[in-house]
Amino acid sequence: MKRLLTTAAALVLAGPAFAEGELKVYHWFEYIPQELVDKFTAETGITVTIDTYDSNEAMLASLKAGRMGQYDVAVPGDYMVQIMAGEGLLDTFAPADLPNFGNIAPQWLDVPFDPGRQSSIPYQWGSTSFSVNRDVYQGDIGTLAMIFDPPEELKGKINVLDSQGEVLTLASLYMGIPQCNTDREQLKALSDMLVAAKAHWASFGSDTAKDVLVSGDAAAGMIYNGFSAKARAEGANVEYAYPKEGFVVWMDNVVLLKDAPNRDNALAFMNFLLDPENAAAVTNYAAYTAGVTGVAPFLDAAIAESPENNPPADAPAGSFIEVCDAETQKLYDAIWTNLKK
Amino acid sequence: MAGPGTSGGGGGGGWRPLLVPLLMPTWLTIGIFLVLPVALMAVYSFLTKEFRGGVIWDFTLAAYDQFFVDRGLFGDEPPAIEWTYIAIFWRSIWQAGLATLFCLLVGFPTAWFIATRPASQRGVWLFLITIPYWVNLLIRTVSLKFLIRDNGPLNEGLMALGVLDAPVTLVNTNLAVQLGLFYSYLPFMVLPIYAAVERYNFALSEAAADLYASRWVTLREIVIPVVKPGIVAGCILVFVPSLGAFLAPDLLGGAKTFMIGSLIEEQFKGSLGNWPFGAAASMILMTLVLCALMVYARSASQAAGQGAAR
Amino acid sequence: MSRGVRHYPGFGWMTVLCLVILYAPLIVVTVYSFNGSTSITTWGGFSLRWYVDVFTGPEAPRFKAAAWNSLTIALIAATVATAIATAAAVAMHRAGGFRGRSLTFALINLPLMVPEIVVAVATLIFFTMVGITTGYMTILIAHITFCIPFAYLPIAARLQGIDEGYEQAARDLYAGRGQAFFLVLLPLMLPGVISGYLLAFIISLDDFIITNFVKGAGMETLPTAIFGSVKQGIKPNIMAISTLMLAVSAVFVTLSYLVNRVGRKSP
Repeated sequence: MKRLLTTAAALVLAGPAFAEGELKVYHWFEYIPQELVDKFTAETGITVTIDTYDSNEAMLASLKAGRMGQYDVAVPGDYMVQIMAGEGLLDTFAPADLPNFGNIAPQWLDVPFDPGRQSSIPYQWGSTSFSVNRDVYQGDIGTLAMIFDPPEELKGKINVLDSQGEVLTLASLYMGIPQCNTDREQLKALSDMLVAAKAHWASFGSDTAKDVLVSGDAAAGMIYNGFSAKARAEGANVEYAYPKEGFVVWMDNVVLLKDAPNRDNALAFMNFLLDPENAAAVTNYAAYTAGVTGVAPFLDAAIAESPENNPPADAPAGSFIEVCDAETQKLYDAIWTNLKK
Repeated sequence: MAGPGTSGGGGGGGWRPLLVPLLMPTWLTIGIFLVLPVALMAVYSFLTKEFRGGVIWDFTLAAYDQFFVDRGLFGDEPPAIEWTYIAIFWRSIWQAGLATLFCLLVGFPTAWFIATRPASQRGVWLFLITIPYWVNLLIRTVSLKFLIRDNGPLNEGLMALGVLDAPVTLVNTNLAVQLGLFYSYLPFMVLPIYAAVERYNFALSEAAADLYASRWVTLREIVIPVVKPGIVAGCILVFVPSLGAFLAPDLLGGAKTFMIGSLIEEQFKGSLGNWPFGAAASMILMTLVLCALMVYARSASQAAGQGAAR
Repeated sequence: MSRGVRHYPGFGWMTVLCLVILYAPLIVVTVYSFNGSTSITTWGGFSLRWYVDVFTGPEAPRFKAAAWNSLTIALIAATVATAIATAAAVAMHRAGGFRGRSLTFALINLPLMVPEIVVAVATLIFFTMVGITTGYMTILIAHITFCIPFAYLPIAARLQGIDEGYEQAARDLYAGRGQAFFLVLLPLMLPGVISGYLLAFIISLDDFIITNFVKGAGMETLPTAIFGSVKQGIKPNIMAISTLMLAVSAVFVTLSYLVNRVGRKSP
């Protein structure tokens, strides 16, 4: 308590000045185990503060609303890395800055959203579709109609992610239309379909997506695969679907933010996360898949073999969310605003 | 409100020469950190929205246009009246109004009951009413959500008693939002009505009773007109915060039922990132509230005038 | 007879209903905070484990830091706001009539009249525009501002009831203005000042909406930290924290109530 008092007093007196051994992380909710953060602090003496967000778009909006220069690293999804780079929000580093750079899995090294990995390193990757409570609905769930044209049992009991990219991409997959579409008739149809579907939804929420399934407030919900695995582990009888129309695959990446107040500490943190044992610790906690080689010996068997992480053989390929140009994006923004209003 | 002042030139302590230094901190603090920000917000509502958050310093009516005019999904159709946001405002007014009505229906009898207790007991009753108000609103809202969830204590309890066969879904409904608002602001209704009833001259009721007026006729014809300023104050105190409430719609309404508060919040904190629109919606909300307050001020001064006439 | 016109059938029951509505959720949360089970829906016997968890569990450092921020901000904001409000109250009630008195009165009460969400938005825009990094200071400034009317109202009410003769007498006996204030007026005003202080303290401690808008990176107060946790579902440790905050609030209201009673009995 005494130590706490002195540090707090120092903080109060020093105001918002940034001490030497600090790191400010802007991260997704419930995505890094506290033990791992403590381990990093123990190894480096750097204290870590974590703020959380619940969608890529919210993170971007918040950074642009005066939070740039306050955080060192953030963890955007693939398409958001590209958008942030385009907005000039990212700083670059050289592979030599990160001794563990060579641990990045080869297929995640030269990615289209950050060619040559100049500002980002892989964090975890996974998929987004939906889960259904099998106590409530026993039929076939291998279709996105569960969310967009739900059966009677699920109507009014569906939670949808509060995330523009994922909702609009899944809806496009359901309708069989391409992403970054400029065909107005098709976009109108997409918008109409979503507005009609919304009548059957109970709530929008990303950080609540697991809890509503566990508590039974929702019987079906759009969700990330690892989050669904955690819901199942917490006792919900939910099954994660790999729908026939397709689903979203994503990779979250740790990026170095421009004007990072603690750049060296940020690089130390990124290097730390590229260590296979540490990457595996995140995987064991969040139940997704690491983008680092050599994690296998450290993984819990239950995570490695979970149905959420291992799509059935006949599942279609997943799609990454595409980045549209500003004009096209405006159309999608209009659809989302119209849906949310 | 101005009041004539205590006496001409300086009061008893001779504070007159210090008037400006004594008031300067108030003027500066509220002037710089509230009046100026509100003025800046007004300016912001006329700026251009930058793609995904932020503003560009080009003056435009786009935010108000978006609020009031519907140009189709992609902005290329002939303009029509945009009902969406008006509907959100209307729904907020309606929800806040219903919450106010419920508060009045429960709050008036409560205030009356407390004011008619012996003087020594009143303090304790008031104390009981005010404690929940001092408990963090967030915690109260969370508690309420926990209580009314599908498999929460309320549903389980009613089912165990055999009142219900299946749980009633309350969470994520408009009813839950109303319940939340009602619960949040109920003490605000009780206290001003109590203050008015406490000053009420019960001889008026007795005179009415002597003239064979029934209790309820007396209540309607005598009591309510006399304590009306208290009722109006209570309604304002419940209605205004309900109108801009954010926690109840977000936590109890599932963030799906937009109300003004959550609509504005979404523009700044959520994925939409439209600051000028958020500023414009705030301006419209503030205008509505100030209008409501002016109506109140007018009815209060009328009541004061009537009191003086008597 | 007088008992008769005061009595309306059913009003007593409405009062009971009112209290049940107000207290049921709080009692339920208090009871469940002693639940030994990890699930909030099943009862696992009486236990203090979630109180232990609040202080030692994985989220403990976050909550401790948030509690410390909340406490220091509330202390500083209430102190500054009370000082400002006391000065304003003396000027408003002791300096006689002056031009701009009603405007000043409106200004003091402005934070009460503008909806909280609007204040939050305006303050955020202001700090962004003048380029102040959001953080501890911005929360503090915002809190001082909206605490002023809450501190002012009880102080002004008290001051109105104090006869000017007290200070007049002191001045007649050659007390300086400072002596008249600190030795005579302030002691008389003290119950009002204390209740204003407590009111401002609680209001600052409770604020969520404005803090949520103007807090900076890694900066949490207790309400924003709780909100962050609650969004992911109500967990038993949240109920324990809520019960603790409930207890703190109850202590403060009781204090304020007692101070007022004592105050009413003195002059």
